[in-house]
Amino acid sequence: MKSAVIVFPGSNCDRDAAVALHQASGKPPAMVWHGNSELPDLDLVVLPGGFSYGDYLRVGAIAALSPIMAAVIRHAERGGAVFAICNGFQMACEAGLLPGVLMNNAAGKYVCRHVAMRVEDTLSPFTAGYQSDQRISIPVAHHDGNYFADEATLDRLEGEGLVAFRYDNDNPNGSRRDIAGILSANRRVLGMMPHPERAADPDLGGTDGAAMFRSLVETLA
Amino acid sequence: MQARVFVTLKNGVLDPQGKAIEHALRGLGHDGVEKVRQGKMFEIELADTDAASAEQRLKVMCERLLANTVIENYRIEIGGEGQGTGAS
Repeated sequence: MKSAVIVFPGSNCDRDAAVALHQASGKPPAMVWHGNSELPDLDLVVLPGGFSYGDYLRVGAIAALSPIMAAVIRHAERGGAVFAICNGFQMACEAGLLPGVLMNNAAGKYVCRHVAMRVEDTLSPFTAGYQSDQRISIPVAHHDGNYFADEATLDRLEGEGLVAFRYDNDNPNGSRRDIAGILSANRRVLGMMPHPERAADPDLGGTDGAAMFRSLVETLA
Repeated sequence: MQARVFVTLKNGVLDPQGKAIEHALRGLGHDGVEKVRQGKMFEIELADTDAASAEQRLKVMCERLLANTVIENYRIEIGGEGQGTGAS
C-alpha cells in the first residue's frame, strides 16, 4: 500500500499516523507538505489530527483551501482512499469531501479521553477488519467534534449505511445521532473524530484502532 | 470601499459559546438577559468602486470561506468610512 500523510501548519498527529501506517504496511508513508500542489501516485491519503492554522475562522476551514487539497480532492474523485482523522475530518467536511460540519462540543469543553464506540459499517476498506456491532475503545482529543448535518443528510447517511462508527452510550461532544465517523458515498473517504492511530500499539494503552490500518493494507495493497 | 460581513449561527444550531456568555451576563447581575448568540463580524476594505459588483464578490467570499452555510447565515453591509455604531 502506497500512502501519504499530509502535514499542515499545526498538525500534531501526523507522525503518530505515520508510525501506525509503517507498522501495518511495513513501509513508511510519504510525508507531504500542505503547500505542495501535487501528490505522488497513492492508494491512501491521511489528513491527520491537530490544530491546523490555529483553528482560525472555523476548524479546518483554512486548511481545506491549502494547495494540496485540490490534489487530495482529485485523488478522492478517482476513487482513492482518504483517511480523515479529527482535524482531518473537520477539513474533509469543509472541503466538501464529506457532508456536514464539526461544531463546538455541546458542553463547551475540550474533551480528551477514551470513548466507547460501536462499529456500524464493515464494508469499507477502513472497517473491513471489524465485526458488525463490535464495541471498541478509541481516544478522542478535541474541542470541536460535535457532528452536525441537516435531518435529510443524516437520514441519507443512515439509509445508505454510511455511518461508520457511533458513540456507544458515551457521546463526548453532542454529535447528532451519536455519530463518531462517516463514510463518503463510495466508502473510500472516512472521517472520524476519535484517533485510531493513538490506539494501534500496546504501548499506547490500546490496540482497538490497529484493525483500521491492517484492513487498509489488506484491502488497498 | 468599506464592507462589513456579519456571520451568525442559524436558528436551532446550538451555540455553546453564546450560552456561556449568557450565563456570565446573568452572573454579573444583568437581569432580563434572555438569550445570547455569538457571531463574527469582518471588516473588509475593497478596491471596488461599484457597490453592486462588490456585493457580488463578497457573496462569493462568504459562500467559499467566510461562512459555512450548513450552520451559518451571512449578511453583507456595504459603504461607510468605518462609521462605528458604538460609543467612544
